Amino acid sequence: MEEHPKPEENMDKKENAQNPEGEQPKQTSRRKFMKNIGLIGAGAVAGAGALFSADIFEKAKKKGGKKAVLLTQDNKLVEVDSLEMKALEKSPEEQMQFRGREGIPGRRWIFVIDLSKCRNARQCITACQSAHHLRPEQFHINTLEMQENQHTAPYHMPKPCQHCDNPPCVSVCPVDATFKRPDGPVLIDNERCIGCRFCIAACPYSARSFNWIKPKDDDKDKELPYNIELNIPQRIGTITKCLMSSDRLREGKLPYCVSACPNGVYYFGDENEDAVTNGTTKETVRLSTLLRDNGAYQLMEDLGTKPRVYYLPPKNRLFPFEPSKDAEPKKI
Amino acid sequence: MDEKNVTLEKLTEDLTSHIRINRGFVIWMGFLIIGLCICLYAYLQQLRFGLGVAGIRDYVSWGLYLSNFVFFVATSLIGMLISGVLGLIGIKWITPLARIAETIAVAFAALAGLVIIMDMGRPDRLANVFIYGRFQSPILWDVSVVTTYFVLSALLLFIPLIPDIAWVNRKTDHLPGWLKKTYSILSLNWTDTPEKNKIIQRCVRILLILIIPSALAIHTVTSWLFAMTTRAGWDSTLFGPYFVTGAFVSGSSAVIIAMYFFRKNYKLHNYITDKHFSKMGILLGLVMLVYLYVNINEFLVPGYKLKTADATHLHELFAGRFAIMFWFVQIGGLILPIILLLFNRMRKPLPMLFIALAVFIGAWFKRYIIVVPTQEHPFLPIQYVPYNFKFYTPTLLEIAITLSSFFMALIIITLVSKFFPVIPIRETAVERGLIEE
Repeated sequence: MEEHPKPEENMDKKENAQNPEGEQPKQTSRRKFMKNIGLIGAGAVAGAGALFSADIFEKAKKKGGKKAVLLTQDNKLVEVDSLEMKALEKSPEEQMQFRGREGIPGRRWIFVIDLSKCRNARQCITACQSAHHLRPEQFHINTLEMQENQHTAPYHMPKPCQHCDNPPCVSVCPVDATFKRPDGPVLIDNERCIGCRFCIAACPYSARSFNWIKPKDDDKDKELPYNIELNIPQRIGTITKCLMSSDRLREGKLPYCVSACPNGVYYFGDENEDAVTNGTTKETVRLSTLLRDNGAYQLMEDLGTKPRVYYLPPKNRLFPFEPSKDAEPKKI
Repeated sequence: MDEKNVTLEKLTEDLTSHIRINRGFVIWMGFLIIGLCICLYAYLQQLRFGLGVAGIRDYVSWGLYLSNFVFFVATSLIGMLISGVLGLIGIKWITPLARIAETIAVAFAALAGLVIIMDMGRPDRLANVFIYGRFQSPILWDVSVVTTYFVLSALLLFIPLIPDIAWVNRKTDHLPGWLKKTYSILSLNWTDTPEKNKIIQRCVRILLILIIPSALAIHTVTSWLFAMTTRAGWDSTLFGPYFVTGAFVSGSSAVIIAMYFFRKNYKLHNYITDKHFSKMGILLGLVMLVYLYVNINEFLVPGYKLKTADATHLHELFAGRFAIMFWFVQIGGLILPIILLLFNRMRKPLPMLFIALAVFIGAWFKRYIIVVPTQEHPFLPIQYVPYNFKFYTPTLLEIAITLSSFFMALIIITLVSKFFPVIPIRETAVERGLIEE
């Protein structure tokens, strides 16, 4: 600007002009000196830190030194230094979290829903909502009135979470709160969920529900340890969803909805065993035969979600379709 | 008045005279703060009783808050268009507008970060995003790029401001002591030497280059929050460009509105001239034409094929529940303004203010049109739920919480423009040949 530069700066400039590659002006060398001091300091701190941690390690090594022989999961004996072994001390909550994320080894749970038998008894829904302490408008499973087009017959379709093998909800979760378990189900950790609802947006099956307000049994359940396989206690501001009744599977029982059905709609079982059991008749059948002989299909499989729920088409029904007056939302 | 013969003293006085606490400022800030407090009370209710105080439910689970988030990210992109793109290709008339655009960019980018927290069911668990963050989730991408863009924009606002702060500090004596003190801290001991000017120019140039990809990234990633799902109306490969071009529309209109009020209230008629309004009008018309083109793609292509889900979606927009809003947005906020802006007479300050307001409001509702209708008709029917689960209506508390973001943005813009020169003094002086570069 129009002000005259300060005399010092002027001098500096002259010096620079006179010896462009020569000596550095004073100011610069002072800065360099400070920089060097800083480097030496940082080096000293790093060195001391390294020495200190080495010392700790050496001391710890003296305490260890004992070897232990262990059997691994794939039946191999390995020798492990006692230093590398840690006592397994987990609180009941931590244990439930751990096994909830690990799943049940060796299983591949699968649903088969026979639409030709569903009469919209809605007992699956009641059983599920009471097991998971849900409000009446919160559905882990819902029965929908479906009709492909005006020339085809309407039918009732129970719709749980499809427990996709390529779950869009799990892909979009920012915090790994919802996750795919090796044995099949997609679960939700409501102690981690931040309530962004991206999973609701991503799910093409509208399978997810949210605790918009205080959960139904919030006061009663508050003190319970969190069971990730049952999602109780429910928590405000978090997602809740169908869990394939993972808590029941751990006890070797059929899911709540499956055992509650009075009409024999549900088959549930293990894909690895190729066997599914009907929740009403308790009859166990071969999964591959059931799917092959009945023209089984999956819901919107063209989306590439790879659902773990199969549907058997609503053919040969021995009862009329009865529309429910509660299906269409009504203005109050 | 002859623009060329303004002395440096006069220029400094003109551009700094608004830096004083007058009655208008106190009343305006009082209004903003009271408004903000009322809205924050609404947010306290939401913290207490949960997201359920808003109208969003299981099916339409993203409502006003998310539309508003998209709008804020969109508007913040204007900093990149005006300073970044136009600045880098050496367009001169943007000099007095660059800082206004940057201020808007910083305020809206900062608020975008806050607005998204308002939409969280568990804001107390925000830290989980950093503790357990999965980089596969577009939300993580969004968090990273919005933060980056905010930092870059803040630097791009601050660094060119340093010489001006030093200048104002030196040249004015009517300012209160605390403000002078703040200035001397913020000016970082700046003195006007060629070396220091070169450093600033270099920094600004690097920032201008960096800000272009980061701005493109924030809005593309924001569009991916929707486009990464399979829902009709969101499942579109065009969504990135759709959002980015739309962002320029809302941002340009925001700058025009700000220009109008700064010019009027801060008496900057000799610096933000009719010529600048005309140029901004042309820019707005241009970005709207591009946006119109993208809109035609976005609606005609699925509309021609009419796949079942797309057909339902388009029907809802064109003739269904959202028809009035949709046509208001498309005609009132896009087509009509384009036609009006063709006329010279309409590119004068006052008509431009009204056009920009219509475009700005239209741009807000456009985000609502993008976010909400899609969720009202998912693939499977919505049954056995209360009426408000199927049809989304925002609640009063929700509207108040949404308004709070506008109050906060206006407070930031007001404070920045009040205590720092709205128009770059040094650059203007250089451009008019009053000081050498």
